Amino acid sequence: MSNRDFQNTLAVFKREFLAYFNSPVFYVIVVIFLLAANGFTFFFSRILDFDDVSLATRFFVWHPWIYTVLAPAVGMRLWSEEHRLGTIELLMTMPVSPWQAICGKFLAAAGVWFIALALTIPIVFTMSYLGDPDSGPIISGYVASYLYAMACLALTSAVSAFTRSQVVCFIISVSFCLFIALIGDPSLTQTVVSAVPVGMESVVRFINYFSFMDHFFEMTKGIFVLRDVLYFVSVIVVALLVTDVGLRSKRA
Amino acid sequence: MIQVKNLIKTFGTKVAVDDVSFSVEKGEVLGFLGPNGAGKSTTMRMVTGYFRPTSGSVQLCGIDMLEEPELAKQRLGYLPENAPLYSDMTVASFLGFCAELRGIRGAQRTQAIDRVLDLCFLDSVRNQSVDTLSKGYRHRTCFAQSIIHDPDVLILDEPTDGLDPNQKHEVRSMIKRMGQNKAIIFSTHILEEVEAACSRAIIIDRGKVVADGTPESLKRLVPGANSLDEVFRTITKSETAHKKAA
Repeated sequence: MSNRDFQNTLAVFKREFLAYFNSPVFYVIVVIFLLAANGFTFFFSRILDFDDVSLATRFFVWHPWIYTVLAPAVGMRLWSEEHRLGTIELLMTMPVSPWQAICGKFLAAAGVWFIALALTIPIVFTMSYLGDPDSGPIISGYVASYLYAMACLALTSAVSAFTRSQVVCFIISVSFCLFIALIGDPSLTQTVVSAVPVGMESVVRFINYFSFMDHFFEMTKGIFVLRDVLYFVSVIVVALLVTDVGLRSKRA
Repeated sequence: MIQVKNLIKTFGTKVAVDDVSFSVEKGEVLGFLGPNGAGKSTTMRMVTGYFRPTSGSVQLCGIDMLEEPELAKQRLGYLPENAPLYSDMTVASFLGFCAELRGIRGAQRTQAIDRVLDLCFLDSVRNQSVDTLSKGYRHRTCFAQSIIHDPDVLILDEPTDGLDPNQKHEVRSMIKRMGQNKAIIFSTHILEEVEAACSRAIIIDRGKVVADGTPESLKRLVPGANSLDEVFRTITKSETAHKKAA
């Protein structure tokens, strides 16, 4: 990575990151995220009613579903807004490579999500006060949660490169994230497997293999495997590559 | 400084730009004329590296746009049609962002911002949000962005669109002044503008260059024509005639 790459990426990152704070989007999403993350943990999982301070099954377990809705809300403006305002024409005629712009924007959304996730830390203090949770699963849980959010953001970035409408981008991205979360659901897989003709089960299992969920739950359990991290990283890289393809196709 | 050779752009089966070649030297201001949909903007978008040509080549200051896009774009200032801006920024922060992407940093950046704010009469709205600006100010902000790095090549797509007569006059004289040591292309519908600011003009119609010369020589193309207006209508009216026939 050359100096120029770094400076351009940083310039795009700064602009995009500050743009989140200049609009109500950031504040609304952070508040809803914190309400949802803590609300589900305390009111649905009733974490205080159990004699167990591990976060995996009562706190992190909700995150994929929250991200399914909220990550597209953060990411939908990334490229759609550029297309709608026409500023894409400015950006792409500046001495900036598409990759510098794609990375800068993605990192800005990632930064916003880092803040949101960091604000959930009090629950760790709460659990440490009530008991003595293992730090290993907490750290790997946070890493898993963050990687899951990044994968959803990268998917949204890819979708937003193809459309000038934030609403269209949001709906399509949520559908993608939901699909990718649902295909990993064990009971759903079981239902589908029993419904499809004999011999097709391997196809279902194969699709099932692409789900985020297995990798996510492995990690939240505290089993920190490079394979799972690489899985998320490769999803992010592929989605950013698709973003590049989308931008190219728009520029004809 | 600007070398355009055999530029062709097709969208599906529609040929938007059909074998356009021209060159602009330092010190020249080239007026780009043509009816709506003639391919002016498409040509400019290819020259600026936004669109990829179907075939043909573009060179800015001897640098090939297709082979070295980032290098070529450093030499270029561009005002797109409708003057797009990031609506969540202030005028100064927007210009600062553009300067940074141009590689202008630190004290030089502040200087560059001050210079263009002054040049484009934007001092009074310096810290105002772009969202709240009137059309004239928005236009000038985007224009300021295109000259912030004092480029050798300046490409302006309808720079006087939506301005009041005073501002039009101001922009025209600014273009004329800057044209002395830059290569400038600007497109317009206003023919008096061509006579006021251009040293040369190209008329483009249905993707092809149909006339190329000084405003005076263009007038001589059509015998008996008194104004560029008449020349323009004679040369490009075949399309309207086409439609009537159809």
